[in-house]
Order: sequence, then structure tokens, then C-alpha cells
Amino acid sequence: MLGYTIRRVLLAVFVLWGVVTVVFVIVRLVPADPALLLAGMDATPEQVAALRKQMGLDQPLIVQYLTYVGTALTGNFGNSYTQGVPVMQLVGQVLPNTALLAVLACLLAVIVSFPLGLLAALRVNRLTDRVVTTASLFTQSLPGFWVGVVLMLVFSQLLRLLPSTGLNSPDALVLPVVTVALPFIAILTRMTRSGLLEVVGEGYVTTARAKGLSERVVIFTHATRNALIPVITLVGLEFGTLLGGAVITETVFSFPGIGRLLVNSILFRDYNLVQACVIIIAAAFVIVNLVVDLLYGYLDPRVRLAK
Amino acid sequence: MTAPPTIAMQTMQRARRARRGVTARITVPLVVIGLFIVGAVVVPMLYDFDPLHTELLFRLQPPGTTLPDGSYAVFGTDQVGQDLFAQMMMGARVSLTVGVSTLLVAGVFGVLLGLLAGHFGGWVDNVLMRVADVQLAFPAILLAILLASVLGPSLWNVIVVISITNWVVFARVTRSQVLSLRTREYVEAARTLGASHAHIIFRTLLPGCVAPILVVATVEFGHVVLLEAALSFLGVGVPLGIPSLGTTINNGTAYLGTAWWISTLPGIALAILVLATGILGDALRDRFDPKLRSA
Repeated sequence: MLGYTIRRVLLAVFVLWGVVTVVFVIVRLVPADPALLLAGMDATPEQVAALRKQMGLDQPLIVQYLTYVGTALTGNFGNSYTQGVPVMQLVGQVLPNTALLAVLACLLAVIVSFPLGLLAALRVNRLTDRVVTTASLFTQSLPGFWVGVVLMLVFSQLLRLLPSTGLNSPDALVLPVVTVALPFIAILTRMTRSGLLEVVGEGYVTTARAKGLSERVVIFTHATRNALIPVITLVGLEFGTLLGGAVITETVFSFPGIGRLLVNSILFRDYNLVQACVIIIAAAFVIVNLVVDLLYGYLDPRVRLAK
Repeated sequence: MTAPPTIAMQTMQRARRARRGVTARITVPLVVIGLFIVGAVVVPMLYDFDPLHTELLFRLQPPGTTLPDGSYAVFGTDQVGQDLFAQMMMGARVSLTVGVSTLLVAGVFGVLLGLLAGHFGGWVDNVLMRVADVQLAFPAILLAILLASVLGPSLWNVIVVISITNWVVFARVTRSQVLSLRTREYVEAARTLGASHAHIIFRTLLPGCVAPILVVATVEFGHVVLLEAALSFLGVGVPLGIPSLGTTINNGTAYLGTAWWISTLPGIALAILVLATGILGDALRDRFDPKLRSA
């Protein structure tokens, strides 16, 4: 288990380094000069040059890169071009909101999709199964941002039940959470169903049945345990999709989270803030996956002994 | 007198029914996609669609209105008085163009790298898979937003951006298929006869990869189309003059209280297109690649 843990942690560190580098490269591709943008239209060339020097943009690329990696390591991504305060302060203000959104959506998805997947698997190829699988395929095809817009239309404009924007009261969380959770529910339901169907055919389940155990004991204490292992990995892998969905959903609902901060900072070309947002979101994804991988190795010894 | 059905007969009957089911799941989505293609090509021509034209007298008309100039707006008009149906079909044009071009670019690039990694193994394979790891650490939409905002809005940039987020899928599928093919007798035979790398890769390995690649391409088409719409919705996709479905949905959000159809209908069109390709992908997988059974 120790060797497995070390391998996984090293891989996660490598991936994070890759992320930081890719973001650096992409942001340096920007055709516009950040100093020029920051100085404004009517700045003199001398002012722009001074600003470039202050921002370290006159250094060779490799020096810029090393300084940048160094600051990223300490979690100090510099000041926001547009608001003048450290970007981590801005990120810190909204990060808890996004975390809340993601965790609630994840919980909702697990609570809804697990019984649905189980139900479909127990009634395989019957009407219930058909309805559940078709509904989940349909839900997966819906554009996430459009679902948000339609929910807003129905529940805030027509029924006037829930607030459509912001985060001033707890009920403002309902629509964003449902929007983020929906595609996740669809995927998890399909996965739970197929996971259970796979183990139901295995020998140990037949043995449990042959012993004369009740169907309930066979399904809940024997079959589901193994069926859920791949589902856990999927929760980790799809967490990225969920975070991506959160970025768009936050924009739709003007939800004060890191996704909206990212989109706004892109529109204002505040690249320090863009870098910080992208790296934080990617880091969250890498860490969740690391935890899931370790959990997976703990639950299923075959995984950590492979290779 | 009819013999009682044997188990063998029952099984055959069930197999026949299952095959008919798969056929329907292939034909129906193909017809839907065909309608989209025809609509996207023909409708904007019929309407003489001009994305920059405004007709303020006709704005925000509900679906089914006959406009003062005698034309009939099936899906109503938008905030500048343009026919929503014509606009949606223009949007479908963008979706289909981006979808097909992206699959071509990402597919060619990804398949080529997958073939190389699978065939040569070693450090080529290692580098490729580590790059794929880093790439998969980014939620696709995040990488796309970042790239698109840096490159600026244009149709070609959207295609490039989504291809960059998408090639990994093709590379991975091709690589894993090559790994299972490379030890087959016919590949070994080609190697023993002294065939060149190029011959082994393109004449023996590639043909065996075609079926899974086509299946993945069909499934990915839906993802690509949704990603383009999401980028355009956020304002970092196609430029303003081109009406993408995502842009139209975004424009409609300001008029949810007064004109629900502007946001709702393009979303439904998008969902139908994506659903059709999703069902088609699943059906193709069931038919051509039973090993990859849909999860």
C-alpha cells in the first residue's frame, strides 16, 4: 500500500506541474501585451515600459517561467490587474461557494442515482429499466447551461418559487445544484446499473443464492459492495466534468463562485486571475482523483498489486 | 400441428428481435441527423438569412405568428426581429461544421499518435500517455475556455481548441486497440517478412482500429457540439456575426420573462441532435464492438 501511495502522489505532483506549465504557455500565447492592457489607452510608452519592468515581462521567458513556478508553489499568484488586490484573496472569497455547490451536487447525484441504478439493474430489460436508461441517456444529451436557463424560466419566472440569481439565501442554491447534478445523476445511474449487472453474474453471488440467502441479503450485502467500486472511481473521474459544469452553471445563475470569477477575469483579460482560477480548479480535480485512487487501492487490493 | 418452441428456437427469435432493435436504433438517429443536415443547408437559403439584418417591427413575436410582410414565423422571432427557425438552422450549420471538422482534426491527430505509441511503445508511449494524463487533469471545458479566450473568437479557433481537448480520446482508444492487435499472428507475420514500420502501422494495424474509432467518433460528436455551444454561450466561441445555437440561447436569457422561445427552442434542437448521435453511437457499439458494451 505504501509503494502504491507513493506512486500515486508522485503522479499527482507531476500532473500538477504539467498543469502549471501548460497554463503558463497558453497565457504567454496571448497576442495582447498585458502591460499595455493594464496601463490603459492613454499611457505613454515610458509608463508601459515601467509597468512591463514592474510585472517582470522584460525578463527572458525562462526566468519568467521559473519565477512563476516559484510563486505558484507558495500559492502567491500576484495581484489582480483590474482590482489591485492579491488574486488569492479574490479566489479565497468565492472558493467556499463553489466547493459547497460541488459537494451538494455530488451528494444529490449519489442519493438519487444509486437507488435508480439499483432499481434498473434489478428489473433489467423490463419497463422500469427501459425508462431509467432512456431517461439517463436523454439527460446526458441536454446542454447543461440550457438546463439552467430552462429551470430559471420555470421556477423563477413562471412559478416564482426560487430566486434566479446570486447567493443571498439558502434557497438560491437549489437551482444551481440541480443543474450541476443532473448530468452527473445520468452517468452515475448508468454506471451503478452496469456495475451491479456485472457482479450479479459472478460465482460468489450464485453461491450466496445457493446458500439460500434472501434476495435482499444477496443484493445489498454481497453484490452491491463490489458493484460500487468502479462507481467510486467514476465519481472521481467525472468530478472534473462536474467542476466544468459548475463553471458554466455559475455564469448562468450569476453565482458568486470560482467559475464565474474565471469567466469574468477572461472577459477583462485579467491573466493573473485567470491563471490562479484555472490552476486552483485543476488542482482540486487532481487532489480529488488522488484521494479516489487511494481509496480505490484500499478497497480493492487487486488495483494496488497490479504492475 | 406446430412443434412446441424449443429453447434453441426461442433464443434465435430473441436474437432476431434484438438485431431488429439495434437496426431501428441506427436508422432513426440517422434520419434525424439527415434532417438536420438538410435543414442546415436549405433553410437559411430559403429565408435569405442575413445575421446582421434587424427588423425591429417584428421583434419578440411568439411562435406561429404571421409577420406583417406575410412570412410565417414557425418558432417566432428574436429580440431583433429575426426568424428564430432560420437562425436555429444557421446555428445547426455551425454545430455540424464544428462537429465534423473537429472530429477530422482531432481524429487524424489522435489516431496517428495512438498508432505510433502503440506500435513503438517505450519512451514514445510513455511521453504520450503522460501528456494525456496532464490533459485529462483539466476539465475539457476549462482548457477550451482558456485557449479560446487567448486565441480570440473565430470559427477556425473553436475547431482548433476543441480538437486540442479531444484528441486524447482518439489516441487512447487507438493505442489500446493496437496493443491488443500487435501480437496477432498476421501482424507477427508481416513483421517476420520484414515489412517496414509504415506498412505494419497503416496496412495491418490501422484497419483493425477502424471500428472502435468510428464508434468513439460518433459518441464524441455530441460532446464536441455541446462544447461549441457552451463556449459560444459564454462568449468565447464563434464571433458575433455567426449565429451559433449557444449564442442564441445566451441572447434569449435577457428575455426569459417576455419571450421564452428564444432560449428554449434552440436548446431543444441541440438536445435532439446530441441525443440522436448518442443513441447512434451506443447502437454502433452494440453492433460492431460488443466488447465495449455501453456503460
